[in-house]
Amino acid sequence: MTDIPHGSRQGGQEIPASPGLPAIPKEETPFTQFRKAFFDDKVAVAGLVMFSVIVALAVLAPFITPQNPYDLRSVDIMDSRLSPGSQAGEGFTAWLGTDGVGRDLYSGILYGLRISLMVGALSGLIAASIGMAVGLTAAYAGGRIETILMRIVDLQLSLPAVLIALILVAALGKGVDKIIFALVVVQWAYYARTVRGTALVERRKEYVEAAQSLGLSNARVVFRHIMPNCMAPVIVIITVQTAHAIALEATLSFLGVGLPQTEPSLGVLIANGFQYMLSGKYWISFFPGLALLLTIVSINLMGDRIRDVLNPRLEK
Amino acid sequence: MLAFILRRLGQALLVIGAMVVIVFFGVNVIGDPVWMLISPEMDQNAIEATKVALGLDKPIWEQFLYFVWGAAQGDMGRSFVHGEPAIKLILSRMPATMELALVALLMAVFIGLPLGVYAGLKPDSRISKAIMAISILGFSLPTFWVGLMLIMFFSVMLGWLPATGRGDVVRVLGIETSLFSWNGWTYIALPALNLALLKISLVIRLARAGVREAALMDYVKFARAKGLSQTRIVGVHILKNIMIPIVTVLGLEFGSLVAFSVVTETIFAWPGMGKLLLEAIQRLDRPVIVAYVMVVVVLFVAINLVVDVMYSILDPRVRLTEARA
Amino acid sequence: MRSSVARLAFAAAVALGAAAMPAKAQDLVVGLSAEPSSLDPHFHNLAPNNQLSAHIFGHLVMRSSDQTLIPGLAESWRVVDALNWEFKLRKGVTFHDGTPFTVDDVIATFERVPNVPRSPANFSSYTRGRQITKIDDHTMRITTGVPSPLLPNDFTAVAIIPKGVKDATTEDFNARRTTNGAGPYRILEYVQGDRIVLERNEAWWGQKPHYKRVTLRVIRSEPSRVAALLAGDVDVIEAVPTTDVARLKADQRLSVFEATGSRLIYFKMEMNRSPAPFVTAKDGSRIDNPFLDRRVRLALSKAINREAIVARIMDGAARPAGQFVPDFIFGASPRLKPERFDLDGARKLLAEAGLPNGFKMTIFGPNGRYVNDTKVLEAIAQMYTRAGVETSIETLPPANFFSRASQGADGWPEFGMYLTGWGSSTGEGSDPLRNIAATFDAANGFGQSNRSRYSNPKVDESLKKAIATMDDKERAKLLAETNDVAFADQAIIPIHYQVNIWAAKKGITVTPRVDEWTLLTGIWKQ
Repeated sequence: MTDIPHGSRQGGQEIPASPGLPAIPKEETPFTQFRKAFFDDKVAVAGLVMFSVIVALAVLAPFITPQNPYDLRSVDIMDSRLSPGSQAGEGFTAWLGTDGVGRDLYSGILYGLRISLMVGALSGLIAASIGMAVGLTAAYAGGRIETILMRIVDLQLSLPAVLIALILVAALGKGVDKIIFALVVVQWAYYARTVRGTALVERRKEYVEAAQSLGLSNARVVFRHIMPNCMAPVIVIITVQTAHAIALEATLSFLGVGLPQTEPSLGVLIANGFQYMLSGKYWISFFPGLALLLTIVSINLMGDRIRDVLNPRLEK
Repeated sequence: MLAFILRRLGQALLVIGAMVVIVFFGVNVIGDPVWMLISPEMDQNAIEATKVALGLDKPIWEQFLYFVWGAAQGDMGRSFVHGEPAIKLILSRMPATMELALVALLMAVFIGLPLGVYAGLKPDSRISKAIMAISILGFSLPTFWVGLMLIMFFSVMLGWLPATGRGDVVRVLGIETSLFSWNGWTYIALPALNLALLKISLVIRLARAGVREAALMDYVKFARAKGLSQTRIVGVHILKNIMIPIVTVLGLEFGSLVAFSVVTETIFAWPGMGKLLLEAIQRLDRPVIVAYVMVVVVLFVAINLVVDVMYSILDPRVRLTEARA
Repeated sequence: MRSSVARLAFAAAVALGAAAMPAKAQDLVVGLSAEPSSLDPHFHNLAPNNQLSAHIFGHLVMRSSDQTLIPGLAESWRVVDALNWEFKLRKGVTFHDGTPFTVDDVIATFERVPNVPRSPANFSSYTRGRQITKIDDHTMRITTGVPSPLLPNDFTAVAIIPKGVKDATTEDFNARRTTNGAGPYRILEYVQGDRIVLERNEAWWGQKPHYKRVTLRVIRSEPSRVAALLAGDVDVIEAVPTTDVARLKADQRLSVFEATGSRLIYFKMEMNRSPAPFVTAKDGSRIDNPFLDRRVRLALSKAINREAIVARIMDGAARPAGQFVPDFIFGASPRLKPERFDLDGARKLLAEAGLPNGFKMTIFGPNGRYVNDTKVLEAIAQMYTRAGVETSIETLPPANFFSRASQGADGWPEFGMYLTGWGSSTGEGSDPLRNIAATFDAANGFGQSNRSRYSNPKVDESLKKAIATMDDKERAKLLAETNDVAFADQAIIPIHYQVNIWAAKKGITVTPRVDEWTLLTGIWKQ
């Protein structure tokens, strides 16, 4: 019995040999294998390092920034639109410049990162969990349950994400919790649909029938055999969706219904700087944009490798 | 198959009904449209008269019943702002949006697929790495930001393409389109690219993943062993295999293209229905929002249906379950 | 097969491309910031609609760029007595189709105005209670129920249609079946949401505008509008964002035109209920409505550094305000100046009012309705927080904001203090006094926008006297005095007047207007 997710198409005769990898001793846990394979790839490691630095900066923000950008007492409009490297009136150097109301961009970006990361990660995780549960249940249960679940998914997908988010946030008001709620609502169905699509194919495969005929419980078949085979597309979507969630949040801000202006996420900072794009004050939008880009790129670099590793058919 | 399609259409009606209820009451929660319509110096009597004229003086459920009664007779209501039938407004804006989404979709396929297949076949080459880096950039940046960058670069700095608007329109087979003139293409190029960027990245990733996966499959190894040419292996065996997820995703993404055109159309002043929707939301023009939702839901349900049918044709192992439900 | 289709398409493309290149010297493309909701001139009382109507249909009385009244389709007018006016119409004027313009057309217009179905904001307040008697084809007498010194101002809002289209529907206008007017331009093409193409009316009675064929393009996104000008897609843009003014001024290929506008940005405070919504002591406990004390209102005005807002937030494109209308507008008080920034004074006043520790509040505003509205609010929150009033802000999409500002869940205006704007629609000073400062009286049309429910009998009395005074000089004096009373009482906290900005390619001159309108009759080639 092996715990490697099932990959054989020939009906459970044997696991295909992995010519590129040295033979893995049996007693190693899947996690150790995963870690080894992940650290094999320098680009992925670079992504991990980058992402760790970004997360550390975000977590440590209150200790390493000269200003609390949410505290209106410490922000002065007389400092607005200072170019990078200028001396702010409050007695510190604004290395990345200041924005339109005098917020230090370096401080603003680090605090904004906290919000953007939280919004992206929380909404992604909640949406993925809900979506996978729904997708697997639908594919495995079939029949009426599948019909009902997939109708709900259709109901969800039949309305554009931007539209639902727009209406939800406009009706609920501004706020981090509301944005997360809206982003979960618009994301979960993508996971559900994709997982169900993959699981449909998987569940027709002989190994599932074999497992069922062995008398394994439904839960075991779904979680042990079908789910791991659905992970690859889920991870592709997670990397896409995390980026998407953060960008969507920025878009909502651009349309005027996103997060509150007083506690800006990266998205709000970019949207605010958007006005200055043609005026030559590039830094107001450029640096938050760069921070966003680096964050997402680092997530994606890791995501790519994780996907390659998790899918045994792709081993080189 | 026919039963399956009929069942789907029946369900589509339910979906539309549910959506309309949600939107109708949801918009009502946002605010009273009358405050966005009146001019501020109107006196109270005039404001009341406006409410009566637009039916906004009645309780919301009564307005809803009135709407349902009208809809049953084919009247989807009139725009509060424009005074024209809401459906007419939307349909008049639809060709522009469809044209934009279609060009974006084609760009996604014709740019994304070759790049993705190449990156999948030669995963370690420098070009592949560059392609993947670009694809990561492609969906890392918010659409509106890229939109303005495109305008800045191609219109303001280089002066190659117009920054905003739609080109000359001609009527072909009863549909107005700007795709039959050079002028039209110069106008659509930037917004379509802006809209397509995310999808190009998505197609690149899907194609690359699919190709890499397929290349290791036994049937491809077998085909190689048989001595089939690389072109044939890629063109027939691999492409056929990776088309399934790509068709699914693109089918779904067409809807998202239509939706995301809200942003692109706003930036490029493209006269499509997305811009109309945003204006309607900003002004709480409920009949237009509801009509938009109905039109778009019908469209998306149709797309989903087509995707499912194609899915079952491309991969016979998938059964169309609902037929037996 | 395939190649022949391609060749055909290419040939068509070349032919159409060639047809689409008529950039002639007398052609002009204008980038507008907002779109008219209809071509029907009596459907929706909205600035973009009225601006377009002025081009196609024309008005009896017009406003010059600085808001003085000038003859339009009416050549002259005079007061006969307190309840009667006599208007002489311009002779020899024809509509686009050649039919002559007479008093009958004015009568038909007045009949149509109150009867436009489903009109979201009709024009009937300008015509109600005004009886027209035809004396001859070009002379008419107008009888009013009450003395109406503002009658000529009201007539600047009513577009004249020919009598033949009195029963036309809004759809008829939108389909361009009935867009026959006596304005300087006629309409050639109307693509809702995209463009309006106009052609000069060669038979217009006034000085012939320079541009023969004008395309009005609607580009609502601000950076896109600027980019369209920079890319050369359009020749003129209106409502230039303040952030880009410096760049456009520095550009050798462009010219920028500015005029101080009559739109005031100001604060309203709850002055009826106690406690005020969203206002508490610093520890969150309940306090009586502090805005009821004039000293607190004055302190909140003194705590605003208007010069800093103008310089740092508005990029100079605003003027500090001390009353409802800028001093060059009819009815402004020459005695009222913007409140000077005085932080210590503000703190002292708060202490005098029994609030030495200040208090805590959330102030509200629309997001994207006025120029830089959110940033102005943020800057003022900074200033208030420094003065000891711990202020947080909440901005809402305009749709949400105006609805809640007018009526919260309990039917009352929801916000304690909020930022809003007012542009005088009559082009003179009684309009904001009547709508904002006068005691709320729905039945008689006073205090329509007085959501703070400010009430001062002295203001009401003085205003009512002013608007029944037929003599212009005397009325201007009375309005100025009314302003003095209202602002001595801090009825509102004025912040600034917006500056209206246009930009155009070099060689094109735009006459900047106080009322934000872009009129093609004011655009010339140098």
